[in-house]
Amino acid sequence: MNIKNRYDVVVIGAGPAGSVAARFAAENGASVLMLERDREPGIPVRCAEGVSHNGIAPFIDIDQRWIASKIDVAKLHSPNGETAIMRNNGTGYVLERRIFDTALCELAAEKGALLVTKADALDLVWENDKIIGVKYKYLGEIRTVKCDIVIGADGVESRVGRWAGIDTSLRLEDIDTCVQYTLAGIDVEKDTCEFYFGKEVSPGGYVWIFPKSDHTANVGIGIAGHLAHEKGPKEFLDEFMQKRFPNATVTYTVYGGVPTAAALKELVKDNVMIVGDAAHQVNPITGGGIVQAMIAARSAGKVAAEAVKQKRFDAKFLKKYTKEWDKTLGDTQKVIFKMKEKFMKLTDERFNGIVDFCQKVPADKFSLKALFTEAVKGDPKLMMDVAKAFVVSKIKLK
Amino acid sequence: MKINRELCDVCGTCVSVCPVDAIIVSEFKVDIDNMKCINCLNCLKVCPIKAITEDK
Repeated sequence: MNIKNRYDVVVIGAGPAGSVAARFAAENGASVLMLERDREPGIPVRCAEGVSHNGIAPFIDIDQRWIASKIDVAKLHSPNGETAIMRNNGTGYVLERRIFDTALCELAAEKGALLVTKADALDLVWENDKIIGVKYKYLGEIRTVKCDIVIGADGVESRVGRWAGIDTSLRLEDIDTCVQYTLAGIDVEKDTCEFYFGKEVSPGGYVWIFPKSDHTANVGIGIAGHLAHEKGPKEFLDEFMQKRFPNATVTYTVYGGVPTAAALKELVKDNVMIVGDAAHQVNPITGGGIVQAMIAARSAGKVAAEAVKQKRFDAKFLKKYTKEWDKTLGDTQKVIFKMKEKFMKLTDERFNGIVDFCQKVPADKFSLKALFTEAVKGDPKLMMDVAKAFVVSKIKLK
Repeated sequence: MKINRELCDVCGTCVSVCPVDAIIVSEFKVDIDNMKCINCLNCLKVCPIKAITEDK
C-alpha cells in the first residue's frame, strides 16, 4: 500500500457514508483516500443492523455473506401489551455490518479509492484561511495529506464539521442514547422485527428486537437524551430483558447515540462536505441512517468529482450536494422530524389507541404510512405533510 | 467532568452533544478538555452507560 501525499478527495470515516462517497468520487474521476480510525470497516458495530431491501439495492448487489435474516413482518407492542402486525412494508434485512461495511469498501477500492485503516484524523490543515489537507495519525506517526476536498463521514461523534466551522452539536432532545445486546439462546421469529413503546419501557424512544436467526437477535433500546438523566438506557433495557429474555446469553454489548434531528442545515463549507450520521442524515423517528447516508454520499461523491474536474472547491459549488440532498430526502426528513416532535409528546394512552387502530387494519395492508397517518390524526397540516412525504419518498426510493 | 474508563465504550455519544467541542474521541479513548468544558452536563446526561461524572 502506497499512501501518496496528495489526493483530490480525502474521506474521513469508512462506514456506509464514507465508502459510498469514496466510490462515487473515484468512479467519476477523482483520486480518493479514505481514512478509517478503527482496524477494519464496520467495527465495532454500533447499529441495530436493520435496512430495507429497496433502500440498499441501488448501492450493492444483495449478498448472503452479509445478510443475517430476511424480514417480512413488523410487530408493534403497545404500552398496555396489545400487538399489531404489519406486513406491507416491503422486505427488509438484518445485516452483518462488519461484513457489509467491508463489502462497500471493496466496491470503493474497485473504483480506485484507497482505504487506510488505523488512520485517525486529528485535524484539518489550513493555509491562508483555506483548508488544504488533513492531519492524521497512522501507526504512531503524525502525517499530513493534502487535498482539495475533505468529506466528513465520521459518524455521530463527527469533528470534521466542527473543525470546518459548522456547528454539529445536538440538543439533548435530538439524540437517542442507546444500548444494544446481541442475544443467543432465545426463541424469536426469524422474519419478524418487534418494537415496544411506552414511557415505562422506553421514554421518548422504543425497544427493538431484530432477529439474526431463530435463536439470536439484536435487542436494543433508544431513549431521548433529555429523558435519560435519572435512569439510563441500560437500566431500562435490563428491565425489559428480565421480562422478555430472562435466560438469554449476551454475546455482544454496544452503546451509542443516534441523531434524531432534522439534518444539518449547513452540509458544506469551502473544501468540505459532511455526510451520514455526521450530518444527522438519519430518520428521526426510526433512527435508521444507513440508506440515508448512502443516498447522501452518492451525491456528495459525484459533486466532489465534478468539483475536481471544474476546479471549483468553494461552498457555493459544493452546495449542489446540499440541494440534491434536500430534494431527495432532506425535505422529507424535516417532516419526519416534525412528526417526531409530536410523537415525543404522545401519552401511553394515545400509543395504546394507535396500536388499537392498527390492529383493525389487515396486516397485509398495514404499512408505516398507515401508522404515521393515524399517529398524527387531529393535526391536519401535519397529516398533509406526512402524506406528501410518503408520496415523495416512495418515488425517490424507486 | 471525569470519565470512568472501565465503563466507557468510546461510543462518541457525548461528543455529539458537547456545545463547545471539549471532547475528543480516538480509537481507544475519550478525553474531556476541562479547560474548554462549561459544565453543561449534556455529556453526563446522554452517556448510555453513565461513565461520566462531575469532577468535584
